[in-house]
Amino acid sequence: MDAGCVNLQDRFPTLRGIMDVLRGNVTLTAGLVIFFTLFLITILAPVIAPHDPAEQDLGNRFASPTPEYPLGTDQFGRCIFSRTVYGGQISLAIAVISTVACVLIGILVGMYAGYYPRLDAPLMRMTDIFLAFPAIVLALPIIAIVGPTPLGIILAILLPGWAKFARVIRSSTLSVKSSGFVEASKAAGATDTHILFRHILPNCYGPIIEIATLGLGSKIITITSLGFLGLGVQPPIPEWGTMINQGLTMLEKAPMIALSAGSMIVLFVLATNLIGSELRKIIDPRSDTIVI
Amino acid sequence: MYYNICNYHKTGPCRYRDRKGTMSIIIEVNQLSVHFPLSTATVKAVDGVDLAVEERETLAIIGESGSGKSVLGTAILGLFPPTCTVSGTITYEGKDLLCLSEEQLRSVRGLQIAWIPQNPASALNPSMRTGLQVGEPLSRQAGWTRERIHERVLELFAKFRVLPPEERSQAYPDSYSGGMLQRSLVAMGTSASPKVIIADEPTKGVDTLNKESIATAFREVRNQGITLVVITHDLDFARELADRVVVMYNGAVLEISDKERFFERPLHPYSAGLLRSLPENGLVPIPGRATARDGAFTSGCRFRSRCPGAGERCAEEPPLIRARHDDAVRCWNYD
Repeated sequence: MDAGCVNLQDRFPTLRGIMDVLRGNVTLTAGLVIFFTLFLITILAPVIAPHDPAEQDLGNRFASPTPEYPLGTDQFGRCIFSRTVYGGQISLAIAVISTVACVLIGILVGMYAGYYPRLDAPLMRMTDIFLAFPAIVLALPIIAIVGPTPLGIILAILLPGWAKFARVIRSSTLSVKSSGFVEASKAAGATDTHILFRHILPNCYGPIIEIATLGLGSKIITITSLGFLGLGVQPPIPEWGTMINQGLTMLEKAPMIALSAGSMIVLFVLATNLIGSELRKIIDPRSDTIVI
Repeated sequence: MYYNICNYHKTGPCRYRDRKGTMSIIIEVNQLSVHFPLSTATVKAVDGVDLAVEERETLAIIGESGSGKSVLGTAILGLFPPTCTVSGTITYEGKDLLCLSEEQLRSVRGLQIAWIPQNPASALNPSMRTGLQVGEPLSRQAGWTRERIHERVLELFAKFRVLPPEERSQAYPDSYSGGMLQRSLVAMGTSASPKVIIADEPTKGVDTLNKESIATAFREVRNQGITLVVITHDLDFARELADRVVVMYNGAVLEISDKERFFERPLHPYSAGLLRSLPENGLVPIPGRATARDGAFTSGCRFRSRCPGAGERCAEEPPLIRARHDDAVRCWNYD
């Protein structure tokens, strides 16, 4: 059996099956390792960080890396390493929550649009309207209205974000609904709701998992972009985007502020893209292109 | 994808009704037409079909691809492709199925009239355990708990030799062989003990050995007293299983005959041609090809252009004429 194949016999992959897939796929393994390392670092921040991220050591501003401050200190004498480690907490939480919300809205809109021809045009034109705006353009006025709170940021990501999911799920629904088992279930008297949630949805999981992974990366970019523009999580809470914004003006004095936060973002987005593109190859071996 | 279309049109009187009163008729199709209007022409998939299915009989609907037999089969379940226009009536136990609401139709589908779809490889959901799917029609009935359904499914699997039942019911369809899939579809059709089962091409793409096991499964169904309508282009399978044979051609019924008499001496020139094309009868092809598929057929007898004995009278379409006993044929030769 090809190393990239999942054993379909027992649908729940065994540990051995997963290891077989990973052994044959360096890209996927690398992506997963980076992803879970960053995730662990973020969750275990209180254990890993040597200092409180808000703790100021004003006598020790712009310090060079020392054993006490592994990446030096910023303009208030705060530990850059601790701030970088803590900086992912709020961003990752917002990214995960908003991705889940996007998937749920996308499933509802996409499935109903794909299944009922009468709903297709209205729902999809509405989706097109949201797709027409670049994410950040729609996010800015929402932050301006709701304010730069976590809820505001989630809304600012959700509103432009769900549309892409709806499109993908609609197209999967269209292809699944013409399959024999949907017609068979209809001929056996099943209700539309039953067909949608028991027969169509479980057969759309592949593309959903794939775009959700890729979406997680692009959501981190949006969140940190908002932070960079000063519209994200407000100081003194450490956040990668905000740190880049601060570090930019002091790039010569303390390059580690922007560089450390920037590398975390790059690594995280890289990991999600590696995982997403490999999942795509496993799910649909014919296509090699990826769209973020 | 299918939609239910309610249509009260009744076009013309019923010209033929078979074996009136001798047995009770469970499904009566009356002047049913299912047309697909295209920009250039109208494709008449089913065109003025009259048919009566008797209780507990096995009726084989035979015809080549595009003769309208599958559309006729799904029409009996009130399922129609989205772009068609429908006229006529389909009466089941005194109710016109074409005038029922979607809700009422759902209580007929699967529970009263079940459907065994063609192409077993795609007829089961690949991401759902087979046992759950086979028991699906039951889950909509009151009083059927999960355990009771499971027991019933195991019983059905044992009966239709999907073995071992417990293991098979927990497995996913992709681990099934072709014959096993077809047998579990038969099990699914019978699960809610319907009165009628319509099977669409059950022997499509199946070799002789598997065909025998499918025939056995269907005989089992027939022995339960279930009315069977088998749509097929497999004459051997029809001969093995059916009580009566209906021949469809270009959307119309050309002949309705008792099975024995049909294979002994078919009435319609087309039926005769079909039997001559069997290997044991010399593999003689019928000249020409069916025309109504592309909408070119206009009037007169549908088989006229390919019929060896076509005369002037065939420019007018013949009605179904009673030719012998209860057999009927749509040909002027028997007028």
